Amino acid sequence: MGYLASMRIWRGNSEAGQLEQHKVEVGEGEVVLDVIHRLQATEAPDLAVRWNCKAGKCGSCSAEINGKPSLMCMTRMNTFAEDEEITVTPLRAFPVIKDLVADVSFNYKKAREIPAFKGPENLKPGEYRMEQIDVQRSQEFRKCIECFLCQDTCHVIRDHEENKESFAGPRFFIRLAELDMHPLDQLDRKRDAQEEHGLGMCNITKCCTAVCPEHIKITDNAIIPMKERVVDEKYDPLVWLGRTIGRRKAD
Amino acid sequence: MRGGKFQNNWRMAELHAKESPDRVWELETYGALFDRTPEGKISQRNFGGHEYPRLAHVGDRTGLELIRTMQQKIVSLQQEDFAETGDYESKIKVFAELTITEILKTDGKVSGALGYWRESGEFVVFEAPAVVLATGGIGKSFKVTSNSWEGTGDGHALALKAGGNLMHMEFIQFHPTGMVWPLSVKGILVTESVRGDGGVLRNSDGKRFMFDYIPPVFVKQYADTEEEADRWYTDPDNNRRPPELLPRDEVARAINSEVKAGRGSPHGGVFLDVSTRLAPEVIKARLPSMWHQFKELADVDITKQAMEVGPTCHYVMGGVQVEPDTGAATGVPGLFAAGEVAGGMHGSNRLGGNSLSDLLVFGRRAGVGASEYVTALGSKPKLAQAEIDRALASALAPFKGDSKENAYAVHYELQQMMNDLVGIIRVGAEMKEAIEKLETMKERAKHVSVSGDTKFNPGWHIALDLMNMLLVSEAVAKSAMEREESRGGHTRDDFPTMDPKWRAIHVITSWDGSKVSTKRESLPPMPKELAGLFDVEELKKYLLPEELAQLGMGGN
Ligand SMILES: Cc1cc2nc3c(=O)[nH]c(=O)nc-3n(C[C@H](O)[C@H](O)[C@H](O)COP(=O)(O)OP(=O)(O)OC[C@H]3O[C@@H](n4cnc5c(N)ncnc54)[C@H](O)[C@@H]3O)c2cc1C
Ligand code: SF4
Ligand code: SF4
Ligand code: FES
Repeated sequence: MGYLASMRIWRGNSEAGQLEQHKVEVGEGEVVLDVIHRLQATEAPDLAVRWNCKAGKCGSCSAEINGKPSLMCMTRMNTFAEDEEITVTPLRAFPVIKDLVADVSFNYKKAREIPAFKGPENLKPGEYRMEQIDVQRSQEFRKCIECFLCQDTCHVIRDHEENKESFAGPRFFIRLAELDMHPLDQLDRKRDAQEEHGLGMCNITKCCTAVCPEHIKITDNAIIPMKERVVDEKYDPLVWLGRTIGRRKAD
Repeated sequence: MRGGKFQNNWRMAELHAKESPDRVWELETYGALFDRTPEGKISQRNFGGHEYPRLAHVGDRTGLELIRTMQQKIVSLQQEDFAETGDYESKIKVFAELTITEILKTDGKVSGALGYWRESGEFVVFEAPAVVLATGGIGKSFKVTSNSWEGTGDGHALALKAGGNLMHMEFIQFHPTGMVWPLSVKGILVTESVRGDGGVLRNSDGKRFMFDYIPPVFVKQYADTEEEADRWYTDPDNNRRPPELLPRDEVARAINSEVKAGRGSPHGGVFLDVSTRLAPEVIKARLPSMWHQFKELADVDITKQAMEVGPTCHYVMGGVQVEPDTGAATGVPGLFAAGEVAGGMHGSNRLGGNSLSDLLVFGRRAGVGASEYVTALGSKPKLAQAEIDRALASALAPFKGDSKENAYAVHYELQQMMNDLVGIIRVGAEMKEAIEKLETMKERAKHVSVSGDTKFNPGWHIALDLMNMLLVSEAVAKSAMEREESRGGHTRDDFPTMDPKWRAIHVITSWDGSKVSTKRESLPPMPKELAGLFDVEELKKYLLPEELAQLGMGGN
């Protein structure tokens, strides 16, 4: 069952780097991360890689495998032919720290720019009442494991460093949608998404949805509904009036 | 208390029971979204050993919800600080991916800590009159574990090295259901929700074998026929619960016995099945994360096939000996501990779900405890340069290693040995062997050498983690050797029964700079009002006659 796989692994730091060739043994049922770990335990003890759960739950082992943003722990070796060369490189949209480890702090900065959940002031802890059907919509987005594969893949930032300033990216559009759909959140998220976080720059290519390991329907369930409602609200004087007077939600 | 077989520190169990609801409701005000009941309240469910459905949950990803909620709460506090001071980090600063190697002390009190950034390898000296340990578990000392690489027992070792005590280190929870195949994911957890939602365990004969393993202390709570067990899911008030929901230690031992008796599954586990019990849509809705995990890692569709599962080292009940109300570590002023790294709360065995609520209750208490300690302290202890230099030298020692010894190789041997000799079933002779082997491994670890520099260098990280794992493993092996009975997460073939004489005894470990030693301490008796919550007949199974007499419950 075991065979030798041809791996090309990116080694280097923020200044320079290159692809290194390795032949590594592969066992039954293994994933790319297993192979990287075998390399670490044998030929390359200082090969840097981030990981934690090995079960697709923590979002830390993100990298690009043959150019596709993926979780290394969820990419089975048997999805490649035994003689196929497998190239593993760090996330391209973020600066490299070392080898396969990227600096994803951009995302933590963006997270800080989104105002936190604000619950109703007249309800004390224990008094929240919400229907399952209503919380379910936000729960879909709270499945996010913050792997940032969607951020890495989105062309708005992948190919345009200059957009990073004004564009929060798909991970944070679902955060905004989650708060927007939270039955008890008191702030206006749609306007915020459009005016502060660059929702308008998204042209709905759906690449983010395609790479999401949690299968969150980022575009269909978060981005598109928010865009539609932003449009509705912007042109509906009644809703506008409602919002200015009483923080009424548009839906 | 029942799940922990009355070894628990009763004060911690009391605080946990009283304060958990407030902590959960607090999370809602931070934005957490728990699953709801038809009335719109938080829905609660059962895990093994629970008397009432009481776990607030989010599908099968409750832990992620907690992590995200706390992370977002920190962000929200930082936003408030920003509004006030113009600096997000004026009060709370997160040092992500920074590993602490040593607690620093001055005149016997905590004065700070030394750590390194994993990314850059640069060292950071923290000046701090109080330190709260919240470093989690020790699973990585065992070969088959559900824990990630972080579970290296750093906090346990930091406390020992700082002069603190560990307690209950013999009590290690082997979760009954870890994945057994493929090999590369062996040990990864299959959540207990699978059984809570109706999953049953079968052996290779197709038999629901758990009915054969209901221990006498639990016959009143568990069904002895499949019919009654099945009725329980819809009518828990009039039926006893299925034996698949016995406490974890019981289920893990039962699986171990079935496999040993040759009735295991093809890859050395048993079958856990929901596919014949729930509709596919229900499975996907209630257990999405498990469905996903098996589909992608094992090519198994749990809506159609049974899972293969077996015991995996999951949780350490033992930990830093602390004062229940404040989390203050015994013997080290300024050191606090909460969560899995702290001992006492769960006794000899933790019930499912109780860790997350433990974190909320005692995390808050340790924080409050530390802050009150600092306020009362007056002047802060000054860091001593010599102490910093000593800690630095010891963190850099692996670069000066004088042999070809490889940290990965020693770690691998340690894991295999702990699994084989101090694992789920223990005997004196094997543990003695383990303690001897640990001495040679400790010697080898001193000579480990590391290549490269300090910048994101996993070889160096593992070399440092290894020292901690060896120290903690020594505490585990010696505590297990000391306790001559079987109770909860400590099962001895040479002392197979629970012995009431040992109930009130805690095994405490400490470190003298070169080796771990053990001593016994007696547990303070439970106050009458708490003892009164139990049936006398039940207490008789655990307590000695003189203990019952003291509670005024002796006599007949
Ligand atoms: C797969 C799995 C599923 C579980 N499911 C449940 C469940 O459903 N319900 C339940 O109640 N419990 C569950 N548990 C148990 C529970 O999750 C853990 O006991 C709990 O998370 C421990 O929390 P903690 O805060 O004490 O430590 P952890 O959550 O383990 O966090 C410790 C942190 O400390 C850091 N750290 C460690 N050493 C150092 C150091 N030297 N310097 C700096 N940082 C350090 C680690 O990197 C980590 O971030 C589960 C555990 C596992 C492994
Ligand atoms: S749909 Fe929008 S957010 Fe998603 S990848 Fe395309 S442009 Fe980016
Ligand atoms: S939305 Fe999906 S792809 Fe994006 S960070 Fe979250 S889990 Fe990853
Ligand atoms: S290691 Fe956690 S998602 Fe891959």
